[in-house]
Amino acid sequence: MSTGMTTRERLAIDRVHMVELDADSRSRNFDEVNRGLTPEEAVREAQRCIRCTNRQCVAGCPVGVSIPEFITALADGNLREAARILTRDNALPAVCGRVCPQETQCEARCVRGIKGEPVAIGYLERFVADWATANVAELGDEPLPPPTGRRVAVVGCGPAGLTAAGELARKGHGVTIFEALHDTGGVLRYGIPEFRLPKTIIDAEVARLLALGVTVECNVIIGKTLTLAQLREEFDAVFIANGAGLPVMLSIPGENLKGVYSANEYLTRVNLMGAGRDPGSTTPIIAGKRVAVIGGGNTAMDCVRTARRLGAERAMIIYRRSEEQMPARVEEIKHAKEEGVEFVMLTAPIAIGGDKDGWVATLRCLRMELGAPDSSGRRSPVPVEGSAYDIAVDVVVNAVGTRANPLLTATAPELKLNRWGNIATDDNGATSVAGVYAGGDIVRGGATVILAMGDGKQAAAAIHDWLNRR
Amino acid sequence: MFDVISNEVLAPNLHQLVVRAPRIASSRLPGQFVIVRAEAGEERIPLTIGDADAAAGTITLFVQAIGASTQRIVAVPAGGRLRDVAGPLGLPTHIRNWGRVACIGGGVGTAVLFPLAKALAEAGNEVTTIIGGRSARYIILADELGALSRELLVTTEDGSLGVQGFVTQPLEGLVADPARRPGAVFAVGPVPMMRAVAELTRPHGIETVVSLNPIMIDGTGMCGGCRVLVGGEAKFACVDGPEFDGHLVDFDNLADRLATYRESEASHVCRVAGKEVA
Repeated sequence: MSTGMTTRERLAIDRVHMVELDADSRSRNFDEVNRGLTPEEAVREAQRCIRCTNRQCVAGCPVGVSIPEFITALADGNLREAARILTRDNALPAVCGRVCPQETQCEARCVRGIKGEPVAIGYLERFVADWATANVAELGDEPLPPPTGRRVAVVGCGPAGLTAAGELARKGHGVTIFEALHDTGGVLRYGIPEFRLPKTIIDAEVARLLALGVTVECNVIIGKTLTLAQLREEFDAVFIANGAGLPVMLSIPGENLKGVYSANEYLTRVNLMGAGRDPGSTTPIIAGKRVAVIGGGNTAMDCVRTARRLGAERAMIIYRRSEEQMPARVEEIKHAKEEGVEFVMLTAPIAIGGDKDGWVATLRCLRMELGAPDSSGRRSPVPVEGSAYDIAVDVVVNAVGTRANPLLTATAPELKLNRWGNIATDDNGATSVAGVYAGGDIVRGGATVILAMGDGKQAAAAIHDWLNRR
Repeated sequence: MFDVISNEVLAPNLHQLVVRAPRIASSRLPGQFVIVRAEAGEERIPLTIGDADAAAGTITLFVQAIGASTQRIVAVPAGGRLRDVAGPLGLPTHIRNWGRVACIGGGVGTAVLFPLAKALAEAGNEVTTIIGGRSARYIILADELGALSRELLVTTEDGSLGVQGFVTQPLEGLVADPARRPGAVFAVGPVPMMRAVAELTRPHGIETVVSLNPIMIDGTGMCGGCRVLVGGEAKFACVDGPEFDGHLVDFDNLADRLATYRESEASHVCRVAGKEVA
């Protein structure tokens, strides 16, 4: 039916708005904020796509999802075909549909966005992925090629590792993922709160991989339990995707006071270990009534919104540049504001003060103003003389970034690193060691889920070629 | 899942578990630790690998049951299973032949000391071991440590075994005597004990290694929760340690950070023991 629609008819449809939980009530629980689309809304939104021939949206997607094709199938009401296209191109569509910065990727390129609003590609991806999860039985087993007899080890069960594992399994290779933590998902599980990405979504995506024959071994730390050299002996190829798991410290006085957390610790306690969230959890956390989160990225937004949910009356983002310069997704900033988060902009922390018992009590800050652009092209903040003042706090969370974890590389001197300690690779993800590939944050430093997935997909293709040449 | 081969009570609230973990048994070195959880949903607990048998594929863990999660670990009987055992983590002990070394263990720290003392003895050091505890019931591994030491000295606070007093008293005698003075001292135990040992050896310039036990989450350097101040610099005990130069450690800061969750632990009612855990 929709196939008969004219472009004019398509252009007349307004962009869908996704229902969200009410901000007041949601800011006190961990339920998912975005509620998804109804089938009618999804089909209607899909009909907004004008099916342009140059497929700009695909060029904007780091994993190259066949966006117009899956949207066309959806617009025609053919969900099975839409799901087949989407899951073929993207190992974690339900994750991407929730956490990708679509507004700077696929939707930024959408032709409909030139004179109006782009097609809600992220919402549609989420809808189709969730439909696929709910209808696994109906979709049936994915046909797989005969086993090649080749075995690939994947280090890390985060977005890059999961993506590469899926791609390689679909080529018939035997894949084992080694994960250092006790559960799957990497940063998806420990780093992204449930109100943005429910754990059931990660479980479903991992289950899809297991159904392809992928093996996951948790509690194995490559570089400690097994070395890269041991993996090289046991497997035909290795893909390293162990993330950028090492917090960058603020390096200001008072950082070791009680109540000062790195974002990784704060989020891991809550997301991975259930502190303050799961009544059965034995993991403690200092909740805090006045919480200052330092940083302006998605991780900072996750921390500050978590703080609200743990009961903070004042939950503040402290960021040294202006709001326009914040790297966080527009939607995360909007959601945080709706939930009562205070945005303290152009403010740089210089010291953390404590009480007599060693608990954090104040965050000493300087006001900043914007000066000349720095090497990244952003105007750099300059301190305003004599502007130091104190903010009363009882928890401080440092969310300024992460760097490469040296655990694996310290025991693999044969791997070439760059000057920041990240693994050096060529454009295909090949490292200095034959048969060893790397991708995600361990190569690029802290970045996004989708860029890590793009690396996983690209490296899997390169590994497949390499295995075929041998 | 990791099979528990045996579970014995060594002292009040202190258990010795032998666990099947073949990869860890063959890759671990003295000074390293594992992260353990009995069940899903529990806190990740760092535990020193007390010993290992690579041929049998087993490791030995000493577990002091003090909080909810450690209570659950010691409650797993022989034949039962631990859900997660991850490791080996941390840097191994730097072992060399100093000639004479002193190994000082306090309470459950004696268990952490054991693999170090063993490795030091195997490297040809003449080991003097001093272990202490509240009373005779809390003195552990005396026979095992005695077997590899030239001399084993025991102190108890109530005098029920060995000399009444603290481990620092016999150590003072050692360092004061040029004929017995150790080339290096290894101290593992409560923070005040390690601090006292470090202060005692400092004026003599004796290399002193302490093994720190800060609050730790992932054990791989990811969270930074285990940061300790060493020589004025923030170090992560999980990847830079757990052993550090005792003369450079900020023990005040360590003790303070260890107290972070004291209140929440104190009010926690243990689901296994069914009572409040001190």
